[in-house]
Order: sequence, then C-alpha cells, then structure tokens
Amino acid sequence: MTNQEALVNYCLRLADNNLILGHRLSELSGKGPFLEEDIATTNIALDLIGQASSLLQYAAEVEGKGRTEDDLAFLRGEREFYNTLLAEQENKDFAVTIARQFLTDAFDYFFYDELKKSADARLAALAEKSHKEITYHLRHTSKWMERLGEGTEESHRRIQDAVDNLWRFTGELFEMNEVDEILLKEKIAVDLNVVKIQWDKLVAEVFANSGISIPENVFMQRGSREGKHTEKLGYLLAEMQHLHRAFPGVQW
Amino acid sequence: MELQTDHINQLLGQIPDPEIPVISIVELGVVRGVSMEGDKVIVTITPTYSGCPAMRTIEMDIFNKLKDEGFEHIEIRTVQSPAWTTDWMAEEAKEKLRAYGIAPPNEHINQRVRSILSDEVTHVQCPHCASWNTHLTSQFGSTACKALYKCDDCLEPFDYFKCI
Ligand SMILES: [Zn+2]
Repeated sequence: MTNQEALVNYCLRLADNNLILGHRLSELSGKGPFLEEDIATTNIALDLIGQASSLLQYAAEVEGKGRTEDDLAFLRGEREFYNTLLAEQENKDFAVTIARQFLTDAFDYFFYDELKKSADARLAALAEKSHKEITYHLRHTSKWMERLGEGTEESHRRIQDAVDNLWRFTGELFEMNEVDEILLKEKIAVDLNVVKIQWDKLVAEVFANSGISIPENVFMQRGSREGKHTEKLGYLLAEMQHLHRAFPGVQW
Repeated sequence: MELQTDHINQLLGQIPDPEIPVISIVELGVVRGVSMEGDKVIVTITPTYSGCPAMRTIEMDIFNKLKDEGFEHIEIRTVQSPAWTTDWMAEEAKEKLRAYGIAPPNEHINQRVRSILSDEVTHVQCPHCASWNTHLTSQFGSTACKALYKCDDCLEPFDYFKCI
C-alpha cells in the first residue's frame, strides 16, 4: 500500500463515519420525539454531513482519479464503505439513538483533538473546525445519558439496554491496521491507543454519573476496516443513494 | 490596488447574511480576505459551521454582487483554518443582533463551553426585556449557529447566537 492509498482510505474512514451517522440522524428530521430534540438531531446531522463533505472532497483530490465528492458518497457499494459498525446501527428507541451518539461523540471529541496536531495541514484544519462542533454534540448527549440513566425506572432500563446492545461495536473504534501504521510514521494519523485511554475515562465518568453499568465480557464485533458491515448498512445506502442512481449526475 | 480591494470589501459589506439579514457577511466574519491576481478578484471565505446550508447562498451572493459591479473574473476560495469563531464579531454587529431579537454571543459563556461536561450556564440576557433571568431550552436552534432560550420574566422564547 502506498502512502497516497493509505491517506485516501483514512479520509474515507473518517468521512464515512460522519456521512452514515449523519444520514441516520437525518432520518429523525421531522420525526423527533419532541420539537427541541428534532431540531437538535437535525443540527447534529447537518454538522456531520458537512464534515463528511469536506473529507470526501479531500479524499477525491488525494486519489486524483477524477472522482468527485458526490461520486464517493453515492456511487460506492457497501463493501467500499469504511464507517464503523456503530455508526450504521438503526435509530430504534430514542435511548439507542442517544447511546450510539454519545459513544461516538466521546470518541470523536478526543480523536479530533489529537488530529489537530496532524502533519497533514488539511486534516489538521478540518479537525480544528470539527472539534468545536463535536464539543456541543458531546455536551448534549452526555446530558441525555444522565437524564435517561437517572430518570425513571423505564428510562433507566432502556438506556442500559441500549448500551448493552451497542457495546459490542465499540471495540473496533480503536482498531488500527496497515493504513494507520503507514500514516503514524508520517505523523498524519492519530494513535488510537491514546484516544482509547481518554475515551475509557470519560465513558466511565458519564456512566457513573448516570447509574449506567459498563457491560462486561462482551464479544467485540469487527470488520468495518475491511468494508465488512452489518446488514443495516445496505438498507441505508439503498435509500441514501437512490436519487443519485436513479438520476445520474443530478445536481441540487 | 489597495484602493480596489478596499472598494470590494465595501461592496461585500453590503451583502446581508442570508439567515440573519441585519448583519453583513463581513460583520459575521465569513469573509476572510480579498486580493487581486491580475484582473481576477479572489474572495476568501470560511464556513461558520461545517454543514451550514447558507454557505452556497453566500458564495452565490458574492459572485452576483461583484458581477453586477462590473467584475468579470471572480474566484471564491474556502478555507477551514483558522476556524471561524464568534470572537470575530464586532460590538456593532452584536448590537444589531440584539435589536433584531437575537441575544448576541456572550464571551463569558464561551470559556465555559469549551470544557467538556461543564454545567449549563444561564448568563444570557433577554433581547426583548433585558432581563438576565433566562434559561436554556435547547443547545440547538433554528440555524446551526443558534441555541434556544426562554426568558423567565417576559416569558418570551428567543434565539441565542452561541459562542464557538
Ligand atoms: Zn424577557
């Protein structure tokens, strides 16, 4: 693998996380549990899709094969997406939406803080911008974790169930492969071991404040680094890519 | 040359923000610079938020304004760094926001928001009745740059232009 190929893959990994999670949240637009939360999820979706757009543009430029940001978003197949399994899980219960978002926000908060120091100036600039937005997301979702965990018996049961169900997807967040190895040498990538230490600490703190227990002895699912996904992604892509595939080259 | 960029800056100062039309895109801090390369005008802008849907409109407004004023070759460049911040907003612009019914960014809050898991802060002044007795309803509002507050004295809900 060349350095260039590694950088394209790295950008896609980051872009796909934002794009797929942003799309998931956008499914709640107009259907949120109540007005303020409808607006909040839609705002977070907008930030994530905006971040994805900048990252896909950069991936397309580095790749240099004439593909555009839209080609990358709408014309790749399921096995060519590198978002985490966590990002593609369905909204279902509101507690699931919040748990999925909190676990991701906590990761992104520390990840993008580290990425600001990247030797790649473009990634560092995008990280600086994203980190400010993620700070707001994390504050929002960590408050919700507390509210649900400490709320009623019912809300506590639901948020604990959500955490129990999603926990198996958190292992691969910290997985590093050849791409990371190549880019770490260039001081472009983030060392995910560093992020893991901070993530563990923050998640433990918020869970403790919320009366939520950390699941133990969970078998960790993996595969997204090689483009292997849960069955959820295919359905999401079918919807997200439909318009572009039905009307090739369509512009907003 | 300098005269010309000054003139262009002035023109850009006449373009209202598409979502908050009482302030211009220059006052908002979106315009980062104007330069000339031969007879080509280069306007550098930065997004407020990554996904701000107004950016496309702003680009179009700049392009149309300069075209109308007789400039033929226009290029708009977008930069991500330094990341946009409400610190760039001038006092005059903050006054305009207040008069329009939007509470302007409060730097005191800015410091606190940057630490994670910090407590909710409520030092936001109601733009309608000037009371400080207000509370946060939601950190996310009608546009990416605003939060929702409610005044506990006049009971009116209002937008707060949040610090970033
Ligand atoms: Zn009031």
